Amino acid sequence: MKKEDVPQNNENLLNGIKEIQYAVDENGKYTKVLSYGWKPKNDALKQAVNVLDEQIEDARLQVLDGSKSPLFFWMLLKQMDYSILKEYTGINKFKIKRHCKPSIFKKLKNNTLEKYAKTFDISLNDLKSVPKETIYSLEYNFNFKLENKEIQ
Amino acid sequence: MSAHCENGVISNLLKFHNITLSEPMIFGIGSGLFFTYMPFIKMTGIPVTSFRPVPGLIFKRVTKRLGINIKVQKFKNKSTAMNELDTLIEKGIPTGMVVGVYDLTYFPPAYRFRFNAHNIIATGKTNNLYHISDPIMEKIETIKYEDLLKTRFAKGTYKPNGKMYYIKEVPTDININPAIIKGIKHTCKDMLTIPINYFGVKGISILANHIEKWPKKLGERKAKLYLGQVVRMQEEIGTGGAGFRFLYAAFLQESSNVLNIPALNEMSEQMTIIGDRWRDFGILSGRIFKQREKSKSAYNEAANILRDIRTSEESFFKELRKTV
Repeated sequence: MKKEDVPQNNENLLNGIKEIQYAVDENGKYTKVLSYGWKPKNDALKQAVNVLDEQIEDARLQVLDGSKSPLFFWMLLKQMDYSILKEYTGINKFKIKRHCKPSIFKKLKNNTLEKYAKTFDISLNDLKSVPKETIYSLEYNFNFKLENKEIQ
Repeated sequence: MSAHCENGVISNLLKFHNITLSEPMIFGIGSGLFFTYMPFIKMTGIPVTSFRPVPGLIFKRVTKRLGINIKVQKFKNKSTAMNELDTLIEKGIPTGMVVGVYDLTYFPPAYRFRFNAHNIIATGKTNNLYHISDPIMEKIETIKYEDLLKTRFAKGTYKPNGKMYYIKEVPTDININPAIIKGIKHTCKDMLTIPINYFGVKGISILANHIEKWPKKLGERKAKLYLGQVVRMQEEIGTGGAGFRFLYAAFLQESSNVLNIPALNEMSEQMTIIGDRWRDFGILSGRIFKQREKSKSAYNEAANILRDIRTSEESFFKELRKTV
């Protein structure tokens, strides 16, 4: 790739920083070029973020219709699965899966709930419900808004 | 997933010891170029494609090949891990660490996935704040004690377990020439002769065959997601573009001068062309992400680019093996 061909498709996915690309200059010599991003790569990243958000929204709706407990929603929002959550809390996977059932979640003791809340870095109160509206994980977790979520 | 950073960290650690080696040089000596597609291993439900060896390997190879004495430590106890780090910082020893990026507070938010093989250097500490040299950031960043602790003990795939490393001793004069040759030979071996089909150039063909089947087997939505993952790995920050192929071309060019082997410069040019083909694959994949209608022929076309790349890389590494 030539230096002048290094793409500069800035969608602010890097939050202001630029990444290093290697390309050849007019004398054929390799040099570092800073890049704001490349469209196919930006799209692939946005796709990954969107899929996470879809799964989280799905979970939120399942909690609202009573088929899952809020624990399931928070686990996905914090980019975890049963295995990772097990490692952080020390609670075994089988139990975590049971705790994702609303009827069982309701009966959980405070010290179990606290383990989860601490892992997710949220309050006990937060853990007991889900947000009323659709949320976007980057915004919720890191206070970061994608300029354009759509792949265009 | 991978934000690659080992080269940058090694390069920076050596700089503190007054050894200037470029990032491409480190990458080449450490045999950082690789390819593997492992459909049987999935991360977040998507098969693993990687353009680099497992984390830590480049570091191990570079230091060994240059005769640099290093110390690597892992910890069970969190406060011990932090205390040991503090002791080194107090002595003025820059210390590399493997961390998870999800809790890396200064990191670009869109890149904060649960990926645990990022490398950073602690260079100092003021009160509760660590000064961090991170190869993907443009300036020195800071992170709080409790956040650094979290990233060093992140859970999930490739748990860092507080892993940290530093240079104990560097030889007075380093001869990089034999290290370069070793690095090149090893890469040729990795790409051509590992007797497992998922590794090296053979893996590229398997990926091509699978890509063709994805839309029918997985449905359009999942097929796109799988393809997106390949592009993400190929273009991850720190690859320098095209799955490290441009970085490797830069290494061959530099080596051509160091070793005074003009043929290596020609090999560098060939590698640039291969890198451009990987970018073509990325562009076509990008078009597939956007297409709302069925685009099976586009998948075939993408697979054919990969087959083309496999052929080129195979003859490239065979020739490179003969050159050194």
